[in-house]
Amino acid sequence: MKKLITGNHTVSFGAKISRVEVIAAYPITPQTEIVEKLSEMVASGQLRAKFIKVESEHSALAACIGASAAGCRTFTATASQGLALMHEMLHWASGARLPVVMVNVSRAMAPPWNVWNDQTDSLAQRDTGWIQFYCENNQEIIDTIIQAYKISEKVNLPAMIILDAFILSHTSEPVDIPEQKKVDKFLPSYNPEYKLDVDQPRAFGGLVNPEWYYEFRYKIACSMEKAKGSIKKVGREFGKKFGRSYGLVEKYKSDTAKIILIVSGSLSSTAKEAVDRVRKNGLKAGLIRIRVFRPFPKEEIRALVKEAKVIGVLDRNISFGNEGIFFSEVKSALFSRKKKLLVYGFVAGLGGRDVRCDDIEKIINSLNKKQGLKEDIINWIGLKK
Amino acid sequence: MKLTIPQEEILNPGHLACQGCGATLAMRYALKALGEKTIIVLPACCWTVIDGPFPYSSAGVALFHTAFETAASCGAGVSAALEVKGKKEVTVLSWAGDGGTMDIGIQALSGAVERGDNLIYVCYDNEAYMNTGIQRSSSTPYGSWTSTTPVKTFKKGPKKNMIEIMAAHKIPYCASASISYPEDFIAKLRTAKQIKGTKFLQILSPCPAGWKYPSNLTVRIARLAVETCIFPLYEVKQGRYRVKKPVNKRPVSEYLRLQGRFRHLTGREIKEIQNNTDKDWQELLKKEEVFG
Repeated sequence: MKKLITGNHTVSFGAKISRVEVIAAYPITPQTEIVEKLSEMVASGQLRAKFIKVESEHSALAACIGASAAGCRTFTATASQGLALMHEMLHWASGARLPVVMVNVSRAMAPPWNVWNDQTDSLAQRDTGWIQFYCENNQEIIDTIIQAYKISEKVNLPAMIILDAFILSHTSEPVDIPEQKKVDKFLPSYNPEYKLDVDQPRAFGGLVNPEWYYEFRYKIACSMEKAKGSIKKVGREFGKKFGRSYGLVEKYKSDTAKIILIVSGSLSSTAKEAVDRVRKNGLKAGLIRIRVFRPFPKEEIRALVKEAKVIGVLDRNISFGNEGIFFSEVKSALFSRKKKLLVYGFVAGLGGRDVRCDDIEKIINSLNKKQGLKEDIINWIGLKK
Repeated sequence: MKLTIPQEEILNPGHLACQGCGATLAMRYALKALGEKTIIVLPACCWTVIDGPFPYSSAGVALFHTAFETAASCGAGVSAALEVKGKKEVTVLSWAGDGGTMDIGIQALSGAVERGDNLIYVCYDNEAYMNTGIQRSSSTPYGSWTSTTPVKTFKKGPKKNMIEIMAAHKIPYCASASISYPEDFIAKLRTAKQIKGTKFLQILSPCPAGWKYPSNLTVRIARLAVETCIFPLYEVKQGRYRVKKPVNKRPVSEYLRLQGRFRHLTGREIKEIQNNTDKDWQELLKKEEVFG
């Protein structure tokens, strides 16, 4: 069934058709509609779940963790400051090996207050042991929520689905909401091997001395590696069932491209348009969209840039004291190549500043001429002097 | 007189508690009262260590370790899951120290109580951060030495009154209890188990290492806390107060002088504690009179 709906409502429908059993969430701009819609769904009985209306994001994730440990499929959604408040519990969810799925509507961090989009909130949670998906459009959001439960419950790691504040959260797009029956076949109910159970009492998460803690971390690292295969497999299976396939990365006209732009999130759509435009002018440009940030698709990126002469990484985020976060990650992935590639980093659109097709065209043209660009430092786009 | 305390032991030997630990007696009695169909949600506190290191656990029931401030919120999640799965016979026991309850965890607890999440929350109160080595908490009483309120600057403010904070939430049931009155404690937990919603119990759990007394005096000291009315036993059920009155009210000095943490107090300060204790006691009796 196709519906014209906002990214936020798409999320609510995604949680519903994934048959989540316990929801705990706290409202924050621009995520509020997700919470409101889910409240309606639970109150009307369309969604048979328990919704705990917690008093903070920290409690939201703590409640999801408790419910997940007791064997339920759980869901939460947040943004920005809320995600930062959850930080401690993000580590807890992955350390406890619980497949909690959350949506983060990525919004800039304060101060100064800003409710618009950039990705620094979720990228700052890089090392918390969560699988991270960055969505390009509303259709991908709902498809990814369904897949995320399947993947998370397979590898026992939590997953975060990121959509851009306002650009996706408040924009209506036609979305195909998969049929419940088909989703049920694709995503069976959650039955964990180990859970809080009075008939088989176990203690979870107790004190582990240095003799064993290291091995617990190693197992998480292994599961993250395993997640790569799982994401690809589930993405293909999803394609067979629903007609839309997904992977760790998406390539766009990159096979023969000499200039490759690497992007994520909704910016990718604008960047694809820019690629088309410069191609009309004869430039051999292409694009790689990074869909999954953790686990990081190193091998895929290396394989896709084989023909490239120059790469530009466009970041809507920043790691102060270094550079755009995807830029660092991409360079690190390419380091083992025998032949050095020119890689330039661009930071744009922080705090919801528009990034236009013209801006990206200029970036591609500058990559072509390699003029006015510096390696290893941030090239700021559209900065007021 | 025949004891009504169940003989069955759920808590196993081999735990890592210090000698004379009040918190361990508290857990032993709590499990006797609530039975095997209990899930413990345990934030950072002494009990994190007491239960035993991986792969051991002494609690004898299902147990989930969680972050310091999440005893109530994580417990709410477990409780919601049990409701979804239709497991009505299982009790969720959020078990936290005074730091996890009155300081870092008070927001999550207040939220759970306001929502009425179905769980029993027990604060085992040893009146300081004992797991990290005797630092003051908001439950530390006036006059006490701790490692962060050294003798010259002993704690000047009063102990936070958590039962009254809970009562102000219109919680269906809250009570104080003592490891020296196990039958009273067990009866209160059984009452709590019968009530839907959030139930709160605060159990005074003396700590030989933190309060500086010989470990054989734990039960005696906890009893003196009740007999001096420093820690009165009472419950507030649906807003109605019921106070247990000591047969023979003793002077606070009998309680204070057994503990090294109060050794520095002068006669004037002890008198001040006596006056404040009497005032609080009268206030409580008045509440029972009006709201009994």
